Amino acid sequence: MIALDPAEKKRPEFIKVRVKRQDGPGKDPYWQLFQIKYEPELNIISVLQRIAALATTSDGKKVAPVAWDCGCLEEVCGSCTMQINGRVRQSCSALVDRLLEENDDELVLEPMSKFPVIRDLIVDRKRLFRALQRVKAWVPVDSYYDMGSGERQLRSTQEQNYPLSQCMSCGCCLDACPQYGKIELEQREGESDEAFQARELEAFDEGFVGPHAISQAMLFNNHPTGKALAGERLDALTGPGGIQVCGNAQNCVSVCPKEIPLTTSIARAGRATTVHMIKKWFDR
Amino acid sequence: MAKKRVVVVGGGLAGLSSTMKLAELGIEVDLISLTPVKRSHSVCAQGGINSCNDQTRQLGDDEWKHFDDTVYGGDFLNHQPPVKEMAYWAPKVIDLMDRLGVPFNRTGEGFIDRRRFGGTLYKRTAFAGATTGQQLLYALDEQVRRREAEGMVRKFEFWDFLGPIQDASGRCRGVVAQDMVSMEIRAFPADAVVVATGGCGLVYGRSTMSVFCTGSAASRCFQAGAKYANGEFIQVHPTAIPGSDKLRLMSESARGEGGRVWVPRKPHDSRAPRDIPDSERYYFLEERYPEYGNLVPRDIATREIFDICVNDGLSVDPERMCVYLDLTHIPKAELDRKLGGILEIYEKFQGVDPRVEPMRIFPAVHYSMGGLWADYVRSHDGGLEPGAPRNHMTNIEGLYAIGECDYHYHGANRLGANSLLSCIFTGLFTGPSISNYIESQSEGFEDVEASVLSDAVSKQQQRHDHLLSANPDSDENPYLIHQELGDVMTRAATVVRKNDQLQNAIATVNELHERAMKVNLSDTGSWSNQNVIFAKSLQDMFPIAKTILQGALQRDECRGAHFKPNFQKPSLTAEDPAERRRQAEEWCDAFEANNAKYLKSTIAEYDCSTMQPKLSYEDVDTSLIPPRPRLYGLVGADIIEEVWKERAKAKKDGRDLAESTS
Ligand SMILES: Cc1cc2nc3c(=O)[nH]c(=O)nc-3n(C[C@H](O)[C@H](O)[C@H](O)COP(=O)(O)OP(=O)(O)OC[C@H]3O[C@@H](n4cnc5c(N)ncnc54)[C@H](O)[C@@H]3O)c2cc1C
Ligand code: SF4
Ligand code: SF4
Ligand code: FES
Repeated sequence: MIALDPAEKKRPEFIKVRVKRQDGPGKDPYWQLFQIKYEPELNIISVLQRIAALATTSDGKKVAPVAWDCGCLEEVCGSCTMQINGRVRQSCSALVDRLLEENDDELVLEPMSKFPVIRDLIVDRKRLFRALQRVKAWVPVDSYYDMGSGERQLRSTQEQNYPLSQCMSCGCCLDACPQYGKIELEQREGESDEAFQARELEAFDEGFVGPHAISQAMLFNNHPTGKALAGERLDALTGPGGIQVCGNAQNCVSVCPKEIPLTTSIARAGRATTVHMIKKWFDR
Repeated sequence: MAKKRVVVVGGGLAGLSSTMKLAELGIEVDLISLTPVKRSHSVCAQGGINSCNDQTRQLGDDEWKHFDDTVYGGDFLNHQPPVKEMAYWAPKVIDLMDRLGVPFNRTGEGFIDRRRFGGTLYKRTAFAGATTGQQLLYALDEQVRRREAEGMVRKFEFWDFLGPIQDASGRCRGVVAQDMVSMEIRAFPADAVVVATGGCGLVYGRSTMSVFCTGSAASRCFQAGAKYANGEFIQVHPTAIPGSDKLRLMSESARGEGGRVWVPRKPHDSRAPRDIPDSERYYFLEERYPEYGNLVPRDIATREIFDICVNDGLSVDPERMCVYLDLTHIPKAELDRKLGGILEIYEKFQGVDPRVEPMRIFPAVHYSMGGLWADYVRSHDGGLEPGAPRNHMTNIEGLYAIGECDYHYHGANRLGANSLLSCIFTGLFTGPSISNYIESQSEGFEDVEASVLSDAVSKQQQRHDHLLSANPDSDENPYLIHQELGDVMTRAATVVRKNDQLQNAIATVNELHERAMKVNLSDTGSWSNQNVIFAKSLQDMFPIAKTILQGALQRDECRGAHFKPNFQKPSLTAEDPAERRRQAEEWCDAFEANNAKYLKSTIAEYDCSTMQPKLSYEDVDTSLIPPRPRLYGLVGADIIEEVWKERAKAKKDGRDLAESTS
């Protein structure tokens, strides 16, 4: 990335921000246009902060502030994912000066497309975390007592695992994946919260697990103790909504803000599941 | 056996390690967090986590030295038994994190690699790339997910903790929390409650912390009667990138590799930096400290950069305080080789290439050493008594505080890479203590009187409803008040503290507090209303802000991160050896007198009727390592040290004699 010469930067007086809003689940989305004063070095989070402080549209109408999600503001927590100018990404690392190069007319902010909208730019990503449970993305240690150190690990193993371990569960890869469909259920009349939650989890467990979870399964299958559950993870990946759903479109890897080698993980998982299935077939 | 249930508030390193340990002990946990726990602020930590290790041991290191470095770095305001216990647990903590799958960097032979951090001579710091905090947090998050799958943990994410529930005896019987989506307020009865809600950086507006670090949870406990200790001790990092939304950390290695710090001599010179000739640049660190230049220690760099902007008015940008940290004189290839990773961070967030244009940096609030007061039980060997129910219990019975929101471990100043350690340690160590506390109680979470729960909920419901409707004619905007609060706090209570400025700040903050109680919200809806959640956390920042200011005002000394130029200890001036010796004796007398007065924890209690903290002071347990002066950079340090050692020896001999004769 080469920095722009400061003199060449476009410096409009105002920035137009078009936001796709939605008051709640199941409500109709609508668009609103906001206008804020240009300042250098803004990112989308500071744009949203300006809009929150103003709470007025470009034609002067008082409106409820736009709702959005953020946390670390340095692209490690995964909170602030949204579609910006039509592309899914983290809003904390989306710089306005760069975005104006792509489209100097206006900024367009929309919620992620594959998760149910809670309000405005906030979506419900429970399904993404549920997938980590599905593939048992953990090391099954005996206890948390002091039992000495773990196994020694080659530097090359660490170097293979570390990039996968940086997945921040942002969901960009899922939003871009053509095989990952939206699952949105409505609580029925008289249905208890618990019953609704159970029904929701069941639906999640039938849907595609997604590239992030496949990659985590590979991470833990490559860990000396994590391996103990390798078979169970591969079972999960060969069940309904498993790896066979992936059409290898490679959209996921191109949008991952952490540049996680998802397609490499998917290929590894593909090979491992094939071997696993053949073995199981012989063991019958 | 009756079912046991604990509510853990907060899912950073401290909250998650507590949760997994409690679950292992057979206790069910309701885990409440503002954000999915995997997104907690702990993900931001880059540097690493300390413990003595096989390699440092062979160079003379041991747990005791780690303990010593920690209390010396903290200017002896740390409570020594908990710090000692932590240092002795440190190697075990790293072993456990290793077993849990943290991808620590490895040596060629496959051992955990270590680096050296500030405040020690040993390579104690284990790290995982440049994202150690993230990696540690994920390992714990995974264990908690495992316990969740087993049914031992229920997560309540996007829930805001509103306050502890206390019964007539004052014992904590659970919490009230609010679903940030549906806005439902409900009670969570529990046998015990653990608060692990992190730091309070947002009291300063912007800091290096995440947006969740409002301190609101600690403040809600404080307002319910919990004591808050050492609030005035706030660590400031010298070099951060001042963004309009956040101050992002810039590693100190940029100075280490030859970065030069400067400002234009002409205030707010509008020329591009490269058009300003050398003669019109003020390399103030190099001029003021010819010996160390840009490599002055952290606290001095912080103070000088602050001073040049705030007091000399020489900030590069008139609106946003900053100075240049210039690397452009170093060949690009060299920069890429040595500083590649961190320069990319600058480029990613500033959109400017620091190889071509000098970076703009400014000190930023980074860590809060103070926090909720909590008890502990000292063991016979000077550590903590394992399993004692009072370990980390606040003065509210049944309410525990751990992690960055406790106060014991880091004294007046935290050493780098010690915080991740204290968070995980306190989470693990307190598990058996909490379990034993629960065992000792006759009434459990299922026995809480219904009226105790419903009263607590309706009190919070009233607060909520009042905020939505009470001030239709007011034009007070919570976001703007927050900005003002941040400005006042940053000016008066960060790097350099002066009593007149603190007094003015107290008056301003009092006014802002009153205004904050009358905010008018632009969103009065009852679905996912971020406006009202923010307004509450803003209001709750004030008790903490006032405690920081009052604590700083009353502490007329310099200790660790708390620096008051008017109360600095002087250097020695005499040339004549005898006179110099006399001055050194005087210096040591003054040092001892000062410690007698100020080597104490500041304890605040909040009075809700006056909306003011009341301060008192409590002795610090320094029984294991006697306090000694920190003499860095002082003229005459050698002779002062000599005198001090003689005195220390005399005292020790006296003690030994007394012990042998008794
Ligand atoms: C940029 C940066 C770099 C750092 N680098 C290092 C380092 O290299 N080494 C080191 O040792 N330390 C480092 N630190 C310090 C360290 O990261 C923190 O002290 C530590 O992570 C705090 O952990 P915690 O578990 O106490 O709290 P946090 O991780 O802050 O978690 C707090 C939890 O409480 C929850 N919470 C807060 N308020 C509420 C509420 N009202 N209701 C419900 N839930 C709530 C949050 O959702 C969150 O889950 C660094 C800090 C920063 C800012
Ligand atoms: S490669 Fe598979 S997981 Fe990735 S986007 Fe394509 S279909 Fe989805
Ligand atoms: S794999 Fe990448 S895009 Fe997908 S959730 Fe993880 S970090 Fe986000
Ligand atoms: S706010 Fe954490 S990734 Fe953007």
